[in-house]
Amino acid sequence: MSKVSAHSASAPSKWSMVGKDPYAMPLADIDLSHPGIWQANEYLPFLERLRNEDPVHYCKQSAVGPYWSVLKYKDIMEVDTSPQVYSSEPTIGIVDTFEEFTLPAFIAMDPPKHDDQRRVVQGVVAPTNLKNLESLIRHRVCTILDGLPVGEEIDWVKQVSIELTTQMLATLFDFPFEDRYKLTYWSDAATAIPGGGIVETQAQRWEAIQECLAYFTRLWNERVNREPGNDLVSMLAHGEATKNMPPMEYLGNVILLIVGGNDTTRNSISGGVVALNENPAEYDKLRKNPGLIPNMVSEIIRWQTPLAYMRRTAKVDTVLRDKHIKAGDKVIMWYASGNRDEEVIPRANEFLIDRPHARQHLSFGFGVHRCMGNRLAEMQLRIVWEEILQRFHSIEVVGAPELVYSSFVKGYSHLPVVIHPR
Amino acid sequence: MVKIVFIEHTGEEHAVTVKTGGSVMQAAVSNGVPGIDADCGGSCSCATCHVYVDSAWLERVGPVNPVEDAMLSLSADRKENSRLSCQITVTEDLDGLVVTTPEFQY
Repeated sequence: MSKVSAHSASAPSKWSMVGKDPYAMPLADIDLSHPGIWQANEYLPFLERLRNEDPVHYCKQSAVGPYWSVLKYKDIMEVDTSPQVYSSEPTIGIVDTFEEFTLPAFIAMDPPKHDDQRRVVQGVVAPTNLKNLESLIRHRVCTILDGLPVGEEIDWVKQVSIELTTQMLATLFDFPFEDRYKLTYWSDAATAIPGGGIVETQAQRWEAIQECLAYFTRLWNERVNREPGNDLVSMLAHGEATKNMPPMEYLGNVILLIVGGNDTTRNSISGGVVALNENPAEYDKLRKNPGLIPNMVSEIIRWQTPLAYMRRTAKVDTVLRDKHIKAGDKVIMWYASGNRDEEVIPRANEFLIDRPHARQHLSFGFGVHRCMGNRLAEMQLRIVWEEILQRFHSIEVVGAPELVYSSFVKGYSHLPVVIHPR
Repeated sequence: MVKIVFIEHTGEEHAVTVKTGGSVMQAAVSNGVPGIDADCGGSCSCATCHVYVDSAWLERVGPVNPVEDAMLSLSADRKENSRLSCQITVTEDLDGLVVTTPEFQY
């Protein structure tokens, strides 16, 4: 299905589990944190074994140190909704942060500071505001789809998924439209692993982040002296809980909003094409009944799970399924596993666009950190599929999709397709 | 059996009759009342079963609990009479309860 891109980190790592049989090794040796199995699309059997045999699993040794993995839907729900036990501070990434590279952002804060900062910006992606954006999004989707060549190979990631989500981001930030690809680069660089294809070194990654800060500082300075506007920069510059934040905190929140609004929706737009190609009967079902689109959108988001996990850090000693977790331990909630948990989601390994209760997936997280842009993401996906069905018979995947080198972002770097007209 | 009336933001009414013991959210979902998503299935962790309680019923419905308060604070459409319907248990006392669903769930 997938192959390793020529640009990916090619040096074999002693930590990589690629090519190994998860059922032929001691449970204790299983390590989900290395990006190898995620990029090679070999992660599912690893998740399955742990979910069935050791659903709260301790990995003693890994490239990112020791950590707990939480694999079952209900346990993930418990961790996600207990911020007093499982903190989002200091980071929600699996790699421990170093002070000089740490960007504070409300995703990595606990209540009440989290609530105060989030409240400032959530209005921009609130459904009331989205209603006004729908016609603009649709217009942009139509322009992109109408410009695609039919009957020849194109890269769906570059020509549709990235283009659409980047345009959307530029709109939400009121970011200069002609510079919008910078947003894509900063977003990719912010979550990139040096040597993984986007940036070569940590210094290069940091350079991109500094460039992002300089650009957004300029936008802040322009807008702070103007009347408050409806874009995210203006909201942060005028918001009571955010107007006095230090530059690095501003940057952290900007990057959070860029990554949150970029990678995730982009990869679900690509993921839907892959899922429908792997399940042609579902594609037929969709063509016969476009009314299934809203339900299918939820199913795509479950099936893709664009962010594989979120990390918490135990604040106190606690017990989860008889496992004793110590204060300070790293706890990873593998949404990618919970979304395949048959105990809660029947036929979880199947992609079913008419699945009952399709909205009850973990991809947006639960509790106070639940995805802020979920309705925007759903709206973008819905419009994309409505307009695709209007125009094309099918989007055929004609080569192996290339996946990104990350155990966090479950995404596509390349998806060769041919569009067939109606 | 207890009667609960859901009024959509458009004004359309849906009256349902349910047994006591469940939640107001379940009363809506199991009777196909539109406007309630209940993404988390009733564990007060998604805020997609938001309703506005008719002022005549506020006192009998009781106060917002702390977790519910945190989740409701994520909604830009929160009002004084906002509640998460998964956190309201249907009792005999609530026979005739009237709630309005918002135009959007978050």
